[in-house]
Amino acid sequence: MRISVQAEDFDIAAEIKNLRANRTDIGAIATFTGLVRDIHGGKTIKKMTLEHFPAMAEKELAKIGDQAKKRWPLEGLTIIHRYGALYPGDNIVLVITTSHHREAAFDAAEFIMDWLKTDAPFWKKEQTAEGNHWVSAKAEDDAKKDRWN
Amino acid sequence: MNIFYFALIREHIGTSSEEIDLPTGIDTVSGLISHLETKGDNYKAAFEHSDLIRVAVNNEYVGLDHKISNADEIAIFPPMTGG
Repeated sequence: MRISVQAEDFDIAAEIKNLRANRTDIGAIATFTGLVRDIHGGKTIKKMTLEHFPAMAEKELAKIGDQAKKRWPLEGLTIIHRYGALYPGDNIVLVITTSHHREAAFDAAEFIMDWLKTDAPFWKKEQTAEGNHWVSAKAEDDAKKDRWN
Repeated sequence: MNIFYFALIREHIGTSSEEIDLPTGIDTVSGLISHLETKGDNYKAAFEHSDLIRVAVNNEYVGLDHKISNADEIAIFPPMTGG
């Protein structure tokens, strides 16, 4: 399992290449990439700043990854989350799961994203023409996480 | 004890961390927050909505009724919005 919390961008192709290197037993690779959108709630986003809790961020991502590995037969797993100043079109988060079959890869990636939304210590602040504001946590994100219980 | 603040709570309080002596008789996270609220309007604003407060003690998420001591490291922050 590769976990990284970093300011710099990630290379999706290189990350996939690492997971499948010298492996011919992997039948499925699922990837999810979260990006900064330039529109949210009808407002134009100029910039997004991601604050994080360094002492906990990698540990919490690893915990979520461990949960996914317990639930699904994964052959490989990569979770990368960025922090700092990001702009529309920039990558925020990458989840890659590999497995023998697609169901485990798809489901585990979705499970990881649902848990990451509410349990990874990151906070988004959006900058618009009208000013800056912290993004509010959504009740629907809690509901999405809870459906895996 | 060392206390760390993040995001909107950090901005309201005006600092990202501080060291305080946990007053005698306070032994829960909620007790600590009530104590901090007596320090000024910036703290009151930070902790105005108790359902929007999340806490970690020694880098583990805990509830507001969690027991604490002066040796603990506390982090207080709003609900997370990563991903």
